[in-house]
Amino acid sequence: MDKYILEMLNITKEFPGVKALDKVNFRVKKGEIHAIVGENGAGKSTLIKTLSGVYPAGSYDGKIILDEKERRFNNIKDSEMLGISVIYQELSIVKNLSICENIFLGNEISHNGVIDWNKASNETKKVLHKVGLELNPRSIVGNLGMGKIQIVEIAKAISKNVNILILDEPSASLTEIEVENLFQILRKLKLKGVTCIYISHRIHEVFEIADTVTVLRDGKTIGTNKIDEIDENKLITMMVGRKLNQRFPRKKHTPGKVVLEIKNWTINSSENPKRPILKDINLKARKGEILGISGLMGSGRTELAMSIIGAYGIHKKGEIILNKKLLKVNNPFDAIKSGISYLSEDRKDKGLVLAMSTKNNISLASGSKISKNGIIDNNKDIKISEDYVKKLNIRCSSIEQEVRNLSGGNQQKVSIAKWLFTKPEVLILDEPTRGVDVGAKLEIYNTINHLIEQGICIIMISSELPEILGMSDKILVMHEGKLNGELSWEEATQEKIMYYSTGGNINGRKH
Amino acid sequence: MEGNIEKKLFSIKEIILNLIKNNIRQYIMFLGLILIWILFEFLSGYVFLSTRNLSNLFLQSATITILAMGMVLVIVAGHIDLSVGSFAGFIGAVVAFLQVKMGFGTMQSVMIGLIFGVLIGCWQGYWIAYRKIPAFIVTLAGMLILRGGILYVTGGTTIAPLHRSFKAIGQNYLPHLFLKNAVYSDTSIILSIIVIIFYIIFELKQRKSRINYNFDILPIQLEISKIIGISLAIGGVFFIMISYRGIPFALVVVMFLALFLTFIANNTVFGRQIYAIGGNQDAAKLSGINIKKRIMLLFILMGALCAAAGIIFTSRLGAATAGAGNMFELDAIAGAVIGGTSFSGGKGTIFGAIIGALIMASIDNGMSLMNMDITYQYIVKGLILLLALWIDVATRQKNDI
Repeated sequence: MDKYILEMLNITKEFPGVKALDKVNFRVKKGEIHAIVGENGAGKSTLIKTLSGVYPAGSYDGKIILDEKERRFNNIKDSEMLGISVIYQELSIVKNLSICENIFLGNEISHNGVIDWNKASNETKKVLHKVGLELNPRSIVGNLGMGKIQIVEIAKAISKNVNILILDEPSASLTEIEVENLFQILRKLKLKGVTCIYISHRIHEVFEIADTVTVLRDGKTIGTNKIDEIDENKLITMMVGRKLNQRFPRKKHTPGKVVLEIKNWTINSSENPKRPILKDINLKARKGEILGISGLMGSGRTELAMSIIGAYGIHKKGEIILNKKLLKVNNPFDAIKSGISYLSEDRKDKGLVLAMSTKNNISLASGSKISKNGIIDNNKDIKISEDYVKKLNIRCSSIEQEVRNLSGGNQQKVSIAKWLFTKPEVLILDEPTRGVDVGAKLEIYNTINHLIEQGICIIMISSELPEILGMSDKILVMHEGKLNGELSWEEATQEKIMYYSTGGNINGRKH
Repeated sequence: MEGNIEKKLFSIKEIILNLIKNNIRQYIMFLGLILIWILFEFLSGYVFLSTRNLSNLFLQSATITILAMGMVLVIVAGHIDLSVGSFAGFIGAVVAFLQVKMGFGTMQSVMIGLIFGVLIGCWQGYWIAYRKIPAFIVTLAGMLILRGGILYVTGGTTIAPLHRSFKAIGQNYLPHLFLKNAVYSDTSIILSIIVIIFYIIFELKQRKSRINYNFDILPIQLEISKIIGISLAIGGVFFIMISYRGIPFALVVVMFLALFLTFIANNTVFGRQIYAIGGNQDAAKLSGINIKKRIMLLFILMGALCAAAGIIFTSRLGAATAGAGNMFELDAIAGAVIGGTSFSGGKGTIFGAIIGALIMASIDNGMSLMNMDITYQYIVKGLILLLALWIDVATRQKNDI
């Protein structure tokens, strides 16, 4: 048991402008379940992609040693040949094909190019049996639940004689029962000698399933521990223990009356109507206050914002109260009209029309403000855009420049300008500084403070703990679709937020 | 925070270079049209560029131009309309039927034709916008249904004769009003002069308001040369027609629609939202744009344009036939796409569609003048469409880098 099956030594991987992995050392023993934990962006997925050959040998520095030999994988096929199988967050299953077709996809059992479906079907049955899934190999994968689809993925990996099975955030889209199922299968595989690398940011799962845990932070290995040598507190400290050296322009705010109130908000997934995404959420946002919402990926932060503006989910229960009046929001148009605007976390896919000019993007959500009877007042349109370009310091050659040609920070400012122009009472900012350089970040923070002075109520969702700690007046922490903690900025620390984010109980521990 | 739109002073040369760089595709397509004309002038034995032929060419292209202009907006929104040919043919058949079999007058039959266009547009728009069936399928169904409709209305034969006043829409020219015996149509000349004066006033007003708002303006020399250039171009086109028989009614309609649709595309909330929907549907939705309503309205507009195209085509032919409008959809799509409309949505101009439709019409006309076999005409048209798109994709890739 003490032999290392896999050693990744001094792995360094750089992307333009970012060092995603910095001399990472990672060793896995044969037959163990080894968890990798870390915050969003710690480098977990990048590490796996270097291992599996998605980033080919030569595009990173360092050594990969498998079964005591140094290996160089040029593509995924190379690593698969040696028994490394990765199940990614975004599943690589073709939903329209049957289980059998999926399991042998790219690996078909054939003679002279003609597939032997009977044999394939038989093999599939055997593999499915191994993972405890008694299903007809011909059933269409898309009709199965997420949990079963994940297990089909595992079956696919087993069919290729896997030695090292890697699961990247497998539980993110599963229900509790499905997760329990998954764990049973992993334990079974462990008995058969399969080594498993399990990436997660749910601490309690790690303690339940893993033998060993490695913590990554900001692209560095922080440490590897046996699971019984460590406790939750220590693990969390390892995950977040970064120094807060970034300066935030914190200003003293005086929160006013409650503007937005959410009561018993319960929402099911749009894609999987039976799966609850948000459970009984209650919150109050005040005028002149920054309400920070923290939580790990998949905790339901974005879904909360999108469901408030009527752009996501199946509404089960709960109400929105704006200025003491019950609000009915069916779509983003209703939300904007009643004064709630939402800045999307994904400015390229959901925020901007990249092929349109800066000017047309700024006025996109405010058609009625620049027009009379549907006819645009061009001069007014230009004037207002130029005002916002000046106010937010957007650097563009002219307001007619296509936003696709602007830098990330300036694109983000254009998105913000679009929502400011709607004159919102409540502005929800989802990752307002994602992919933005340091200078633009500071400018965006200043803009946010300025908005607070004008009496706008701001809800800020962010994955960056320093940002949440540095800017918010009050911090709500989400975990698995629930509000799991509430902290004032004076009492909040990275450790406390991470504790609640990973499922820590509100009443169970004193800080 | 200080101002930051970098107001650099450019030299005239730089401005011109920038203009060319930013509009390279429009210039390429315009250059393509001129090249095709020169080529056919030689190949046809020096008859292609006669005022008579060019005048006819403009008239012939009227139907496709109207359809292509509508098609631009549909493609910009990320959809497609395959029904426009059958649609136009069907409206023509209905209008002819009303006149010949039901004894309706010109005005009434035209009005009913337009109403039919709007209703059929509603039908297609409903399935696309509210029932989420891909436009490709809905309009493919529409193409078949309306083709059947044509056969039903015409009974498979030709419906004629139509009223003279109706045929005038597609066949006649602006009349001589004051000088009955003049060589050139006086109303056409007056119209040309009015159009040019309006254009100049428009440009000057635009410039003045830009100065008022303290926006960037072109240097005065360049502004004047631009106004002179475009005035000459407008005058040139009018001159070609005037020196033949005058300006055809049909082209007055086309010009009106071109201005109207350009206005819709550039100066209305509806137009801008159509571009946004095609450019990024998710962003449009989160920006509170009612996508269903906009798409519905778009197909209603397209329906009205199909009706207009059908009426002009039928009146020019002087009869409704069972095969009317066959393959028009392909010419319209080709015209829009050659004119620089992007199939990925969000990009395209009405002006481009006019040039594109003219290119398609020129190829038809030129090859007919050369007495080329119809077999080769199809092949050549297909190849030119492919070539045009290849140029488009190649220049686009360069621009992206």
